[in-house]
Amino acid sequence: MFNSTVAWITFRALFGRKRALLFVLPALVLIVLTLALKGAHGTLADWPALVLGRVGVGAVVPLTALLVGTSVLGSEIDDNSVLHLLATPVPRRDVIVSKSIVSALVTMLFAAVPVLVAGIIAQGPHSLAFGCFLGAVLGSIVYSCVFVFISAALRHPVIYSLAYVALWEELISTLVGGAKYLSVEQWSLGLAHSISGDNDLGSHLTMTPSLVLAVIAVVVTVFYASERLSAFTVRAD
Amino acid sequence: MSAIEQTATPVGDTTTAPDGPAIVRFDHVTHWYGNVVAVNDISLELGPGVTGLLGPNGAGKSTILHLLSGFLNPSRGSVTIAGVGPWRHPDVFRTVGLVPERDSVYAFLTAREFVIASAKLHGLPDPKAAAERALELVEMTPAADRTIQTYSKGMRQRAKVAAALVHDPKVLLLDEPFNGMDPRQRMHMMDLLRGLGAEGRTILFSSHILEEVEKLADTVQVVVAGRLAASGDYRTIRRLMTTRPHVFLLRSTDDRALAGVLIKSAAVQGVELTKDGLEVHASDHGTFTRELAKVSRAAGIGLREVVPSDESLESVFAYLVGA
Repeated sequence: MFNSTVAWITFRALFGRKRALLFVLPALVLIVLTLALKGAHGTLADWPALVLGRVGVGAVVPLTALLVGTSVLGSEIDDNSVLHLLATPVPRRDVIVSKSIVSALVTMLFAAVPVLVAGIIAQGPHSLAFGCFLGAVLGSIVYSCVFVFISAALRHPVIYSLAYVALWEELISTLVGGAKYLSVEQWSLGLAHSISGDNDLGSHLTMTPSLVLAVIAVVVTVFYASERLSAFTVRAD
Repeated sequence: MSAIEQTATPVGDTTTAPDGPAIVRFDHVTHWYGNVVAVNDISLELGPGVTGLLGPNGAGKSTILHLLSGFLNPSRGSVTIAGVGPWRHPDVFRTVGLVPERDSVYAFLTAREFVIASAKLHGLPDPKAAAERALELVEMTPAADRTIQTYSKGMRQRAKVAAALVHDPKVLLLDEPFNGMDPRQRMHMMDLLRGLGAEGRTILFSSHILEEVEKLADTVQVVVAGRLAASGDYRTIRRLMTTRPHVFLLRSTDDRALAGVLIKSAAVQGVELTKDGLEVHASDHGTFTRELAKVSRAAGIGLREVVPSDESLESVFAYLVGA
């Protein structure tokens, strides 16, 4: 399932492009915001939960995953360098799994770890920081699989991924009651809330449904992304 | 509808493999991009040896190579390589090596890293040794530790060929492989492909340059407007091309006098005075071009312009299709 050569090429490609500089921006905003609020001595008692939950898990993780997840496959499809990878007998499922794992690990590095750092800055080594960190890890994995799937299935994956985050995650899942069950952000916050017990995180789900739904999402997106990549066609000039 | 589009019957024999058993088969293959027919009812068989896929830009050459490498699904008909349909069968790449036309490679890797990665992706037991052998074949060993982004286009092409050859494929597909190569690199690549063909591999390369195909290919498949216009030994096709009438547009100090001189030449079929100059229909390209300067000088006429007006590949193909 995991192909180390595919992962190595993906990793080199990811950091061989100028776009990699963008990966650090969402995390930087989170850290600066946390330091600023910490310096202001808590105008609101629940600010750490708001910053870590809404900004960290709710914005930094999906945005970073979007930047990384659409780069690991979408950029190669855009410039056709993916042909060199696909002109080999490597099963397409292995390509998707390897690229999703690289995307998830890089997203964890640039989003989940900064959430942990921001949590420690805000409250010290508190359960909120660890809960949000684990929620961000879960979000990194699921968002990565979703964005790799979008890259395999659609042209212009960045536009579709942005639309997904803005419309589904930020709008519909907060306005429509049942949509929370299909929100990666809610699964992440559900895990963070279960570990930290902090009610200010705005979570609507508990740990079990969050994890079960996240696993289903990973399996489904990896399966369909593999199917789409198996039917990869060269575009007419 | 043009003469090219009207014909569906290729010149030559399309059913016979060039040498030995056919390994690549196209059986009445058609492919559409939306409403556009890119490949129209093509049947061909290729066996060991070097085959040139010749045609003007946009004729369908790349589509044929993509159908063969499984990156397109035929809309109608079937494509097989060693009995296996390549669409959704990546295992076909154990037999096939592909050199895509587009200049998109992993430019951040060195050629050595790129070819070793290709060897690993093919699951070779000793990727480094296989990569060294492939780099040696394309004469890239001295520059193999430079990143590909520092290479000329010709060097990139050779790095791509090395990656495609690393697993010693029985079938090698190359899309415009000589693009960007200087004459020495081109000659070396031709020698390499000729050698691989002589060893019993099936080599299919596309080109829109007749001379490339002529120098290298044992057999030629000529594609025009998505159809197979001619197929078979290149010498037969070449003969058809060289014996066709050639049209030149001349401008001189005295077009009328020049017309009178040229019409006496055996190499000239006819002349016509037009508002742009003198249009000459030559039956023998070589003799006419050799005689032109001589006879005009002897007649005291100065040549201002000599333009071959039908030298485009399309016009050559149009003639072929009508032949």
